[in-house]
Amino acid sequence: MNDVGNRKIRVLLAKVGLDGHDRGIKTVARYLADAGMEVIFTGIRSTPEQIVDAAVEEDVDVVGLSFLGGDHMTLAPRVIDGLRRRGLQVLIVLGGIIPQRDIPALEQTGAARVFLPGTPPDRIVQFIRGSLEQN
Amino acid sequence: MPDLKADLKRWQETALKRTLDRSPERKQAFTTDSGIPVKALYTPLDNPESDYQQQIGFPGEFPYTRGVYPSMYRGQLWTMRQYAGFGAAEETNRRFRYLLERGSTGLSIAFDLPTQLGLDSDDPLAEGSVGRVGVAVDTLADMETIFQGIPLDRVSTSMTINATAPILLAMYIAVGEQQGVAQTQLTGTTQNDILKEFIARGTYIFPPEPSLKLALDIVEYCLGNVPRWNTMNIAGYHIREAGADAVQELAFTLADAITYIERARERGLAVDEFAPRLSYSLGCFRDIFEEVAKYRAARRLFARIMKERFGAKDPRSYLFRTFSGSCGSTLVSQQPLNNIVRVAMHALMGVLGGHQAIHTACWDEGYAIPSESAAQIALRTQQILAHESGLANTTDPLAGSYYVESLTNEIEKRARAYLERIDAMGGMLEAIESGFISREIQESSIRYQKSVDSGEKIIVGLNKFQEQETDQGAAAMDLFQADPAVEGRQKAALSAVRAKRSQEEVASALSELAAVISRNENVMPVVIRAVKAYATVGEITGVMRSAWGEYRSPAYI
Repeated sequence: MNDVGNRKIRVLLAKVGLDGHDRGIKTVARYLADAGMEVIFTGIRSTPEQIVDAAVEEDVDVVGLSFLGGDHMTLAPRVIDGLRRRGLQVLIVLGGIIPQRDIPALEQTGAARVFLPGTPPDRIVQFIRGSLEQN
Repeated sequence: MPDLKADLKRWQETALKRTLDRSPERKQAFTTDSGIPVKALYTPLDNPESDYQQQIGFPGEFPYTRGVYPSMYRGQLWTMRQYAGFGAAEETNRRFRYLLERGSTGLSIAFDLPTQLGLDSDDPLAEGSVGRVGVAVDTLADMETIFQGIPLDRVSTSMTINATAPILLAMYIAVGEQQGVAQTQLTGTTQNDILKEFIARGTYIFPPEPSLKLALDIVEYCLGNVPRWNTMNIAGYHIREAGADAVQELAFTLADAITYIERARERGLAVDEFAPRLSYSLGCFRDIFEEVAKYRAARRLFARIMKERFGAKDPRSYLFRTFSGSCGSTLVSQQPLNNIVRVAMHALMGVLGGHQAIHTACWDEGYAIPSESAAQIALRTQQILAHESGLANTTDPLAGSYYVESLTNEIEKRARAYLERIDAMGGMLEAIESGFISREIQESSIRYQKSVDSGEKIIVGLNKFQEQETDQGAAAMDLFQADPAVEGRQKAALSAVRAKRSQEEVASALSELAAVISRNENVMPVVIRAVKAYATVGEITGVMRSAWGEYRSPAYI
């Protein structure tokens, strides 16, 4: 199942903040695309505002954010709040180097799942499909 | 005795065959970590002995396969250079002193992302990043604090800084002056390798052309003024970490080097003037023999390029001097103490590979900024190898290994082939701008991930030998916690400096910088003037941003 209604699952992937390490998110992008999803990657150093605008414009079902710079507690809530304020009901997933102790707070804010280093990319594909099918 | 070739064939068809008929090999095919086929056995047939002087030679002599210096570690051990830096300047100063007191022989500064990207700590874009992945430096005052009680004529300092390298080097020069150390005495390195930022690490600010100009301003300025400084550390390490294999890492590093050298010559600098001050970095990944062969091939191929392509005559121009270290991507968060063993292997390949400086990673890096105890183990790992293992007793001990020599030849050959492709595209800048390099790296990265998914590549604790653990280790670990107050403190300190300095001198230095840029002159002298006036990293970069604009690299997925 790669479709929501009659169309492909659309995923926006983004690096928020200043960190430029994009190997992980590009790997995820490839796996999602190979699984038949429509993937939009906004590149490195996107601001929360740019991501929210892109999510609206591209009418996505999923927003995935990658953090390796330690700024997730500041920037993830900003993106999530922005999406909510624009009335977007999207699945939000996070990944990267994120300490275990920060995960509950991030989930509280609205992240559906936080994927840590070493996660097999296929597990992310399955999670996204599974979550969207439930809705 | 039959000749070797016939004898080998006899052995393969009798003894080996009998064994394999009874119990076949563990795998269909064996390869290095980068996919180079590995045979069951290597013999003198793989490396004709007649090639010795041409291919291998002596340490400190062309083609430098065995090492860049004649006596190597028998004369002087490698520099144990631990990468550190976090929080505000005081904390980094404390960590540096901690490392120096424990026998570290060189410093390596990690800067936070706002500093690397030319943003002040109070810039809205810096929020959440101040002091996170490195130390925050806004003005000369921060640099003064980092080096308080550390005499700059007694340590060498490596700075992982690229787009804003001229500013940070200017600050280091100014701190030296305050301590009474002339810039002619300073030793250390600015990474100053902007090309790999476009393909791997992402901390570029300006478009490629002005970025190259700034990088070369440092090369040119240091020639006469800071003669002992390593003006660039042209780094394959980050290219490898972005997903490249060993051959690509080497080839792209050399292609970057070729571009800088060509540009420097276009400025009218003679290759033998500046090439001796260029230094290099390659990663220590997983496959010990492949990595050692890569380092040996790198020295030889580089020396040949310098001689054949650039006609360098000074032997110092031929030296591929390296600072190398643990590839963080080989570390595993699951069962994290196993990383101590992985890091020991990194150091082993580094020493067998003949590096001038080595960094060993900390086992907890996958979680957080390394704790003090983890930093100590990383340093002790190098000391154990240096003093207990016998590794440093002779030079290039793997030379003459039929396998390692064969692999060295193979890696050189494959890297050369890549260089020819890049030349055919019109050079590295074109290869980068067309997306070729990023795509090649991306393909390798995906190939690697797929082989981990399939279990063809085993990562202990991750896809084999797993433990049922929610987050074993991490919970029990004495993890370093970033101090949330750092950002506020740093902003307050920055305001205080701004209030105290002479605004006229700052304004005058900044407008002079704009003029220097419009005349396309070397920015270093005026940047030094600006930092001495306590102009901020953001202000100085701001002048450059207005002149050159900002670059946004396309993303290839």
